[in-house]
Amino acid sequence: MLSPTCHACGVTAEETEFHAGGEAHLKRFGPGSSDAEFESYLFTRQNPKGVHFERWRHANGCGKWFHVARCTMTLEVFASYSAQTYAPPADVLDAIKARRPDWEMED
Amino acid sequence: MKKYSVFAVAREAMRHHTGWNRAWRDAQPKKKYDVIIIGAGGHGLATAYYLGKNFGITNVAILEKGWLGGGNTGRNTTIIRSNYLQDPSAAIYEKARSLYETMSQDLNYNVMFSPRGVIMLAQTEHEVRGYKRTAHANALQGVKTEFIDPQRVKQLVPIMNIDGPRYPVLGGLWQARGGTARHDAVAWGYARACSDMGMDVIQKCEVTGVRSAGGKVVGVSTNRGDIDCDKLGMVVAGHSGHLADMAGFRLPVESVALQALVSEPIKPCMDVVVMANTVHGYLSQSDKGEMVIGGGTDGYNNFTQRGSFHHVEETVRSLIETFPMLSRLKMLRQWGGIVDVTGDRSPILSKTPVEGVFINCGWGTGGFKAIPGSGWGFAELMAKGQSPLTDAFGMERFQEGRFIDESVAAGVAH
Repeated sequence: MLSPTCHACGVTAEETEFHAGGEAHLKRFGPGSSDAEFESYLFTRQNPKGVHFERWRHANGCGKWFHVARCTMTLEVFASYSAQTYAPPADVLDAIKARRPDWEMED
Repeated sequence: MKKYSVFAVAREAMRHHTGWNRAWRDAQPKKKYDVIIIGAGGHGLATAYYLGKNFGITNVAILEKGWLGGGNTGRNTTIIRSNYLQDPSAAIYEKARSLYETMSQDLNYNVMFSPRGVIMLAQTEHEVRGYKRTAHANALQGVKTEFIDPQRVKQLVPIMNIDGPRYPVLGGLWQARGGTARHDAVAWGYARACSDMGMDVIQKCEVTGVRSAGGKVVGVSTNRGDIDCDKLGMVVAGHSGHLADMAGFRLPVESVALQALVSEPIKPCMDVVVMANTVHGYLSQSDKGEMVIGGGTDGYNNFTQRGSFHHVEETVRSLIETFPMLSRLKMLRQWGGIVDVTGDRSPILSKTPVEGVFINCGWGTGGFKAIPGSGWGFAELMAKGQSPLTDAFGMERFQEGRFIDESVAAGVAH
């Protein structure tokens, strides 16, 4: 069972209380961008076996969006952090490193 | 290879079954092959089989990190149908369905294909319109399906409650020649036939890297040493993204867990396959008598092969209105498999940015039914660089906006 913690209201609950919103930190490409950029924004995903940054919404709770760093192999949640970020903050990276010493951030 | 036949059974009965041979060799990797297929599931083995049968390419290795058919091939709910909306999908799935009809004779291996018929229930007005449209499309594609009324549905499946109140049955899309097959036997039959053609099926051989030089593939690294090849086919479902990463390209694919469960065995009560897409459940009765129930996918990326309890609850809760007798059944076991889902819910059978590397993935929640067609088309693509069956399924379609949109056509139970 996957149990994220809502970054906005601090509640830790089972996954049924949340709604998964897909990969986090996607760079949006709009009109004027190339076909490849547009494809990467719409469809191409990291889909890692291991550490994954993703968006979640506390749908049956406070309703706020937030970000989660999670392992796709074990469903372990490393940390939750604000949705208003362009990249995972240092303390989140530290929390991941503490559990996965070999892990390196991908581009 | 000794041919399986009624005479072989009689002969062995006379000598205490001491004469049966291994169905396939336990091969050791050679230094070099013409073609390496990664993944000894149904799709990978079928590709190898048709490479040998249709194109005479038999210097082939099929590498499998676990055991043969131990991934999604052994985890699905064995449903075979081809009632898709879009022309490219209908072509490849119908090719597959038609190959299933003669597979047992072709492979000399009983895959227990049972064309018992598949109903996709229409339980909302939207679905009624959607399935009528699919029935019309199928008529043009030469796929035999029809839209049937609720009374006919009740006649075909007497245990069904069609009156609702929450999910009344308003009709159904009926494909009489759809059905089920024994999923393990499909993998075993292909493996036996491949081994017989001199191909090496190598189990417990995990690919750890893809080696290329000058933009062209030269081989793979594995936990059993480096193996060279001229062409490489990746057929690994949920782990496609991981392998693409090794080869240096990315895929428009995300992996999620799909799960299924079976009940205790009971006497025969339903002799067709029923799919109820509105409630995310599908149901058939196995030859052992178990009710096989397929559920929905998780909403998030997942490689755990477990699934989650609340999806089971959701699926069963909705199904018992339509099948009240299910509420009395004990469930025996539940399992999950990792499926690779693309943006348009259609597969990718494609060349890749690395010359000589081909990828067959993205079958999502509906790969089993496509195994022979996928193998047929992908083998042609690998051998000749082009195939009418796979032309529309190139990975460049996501850049070109040329989608094969089956997410609307097929709903969840794809």
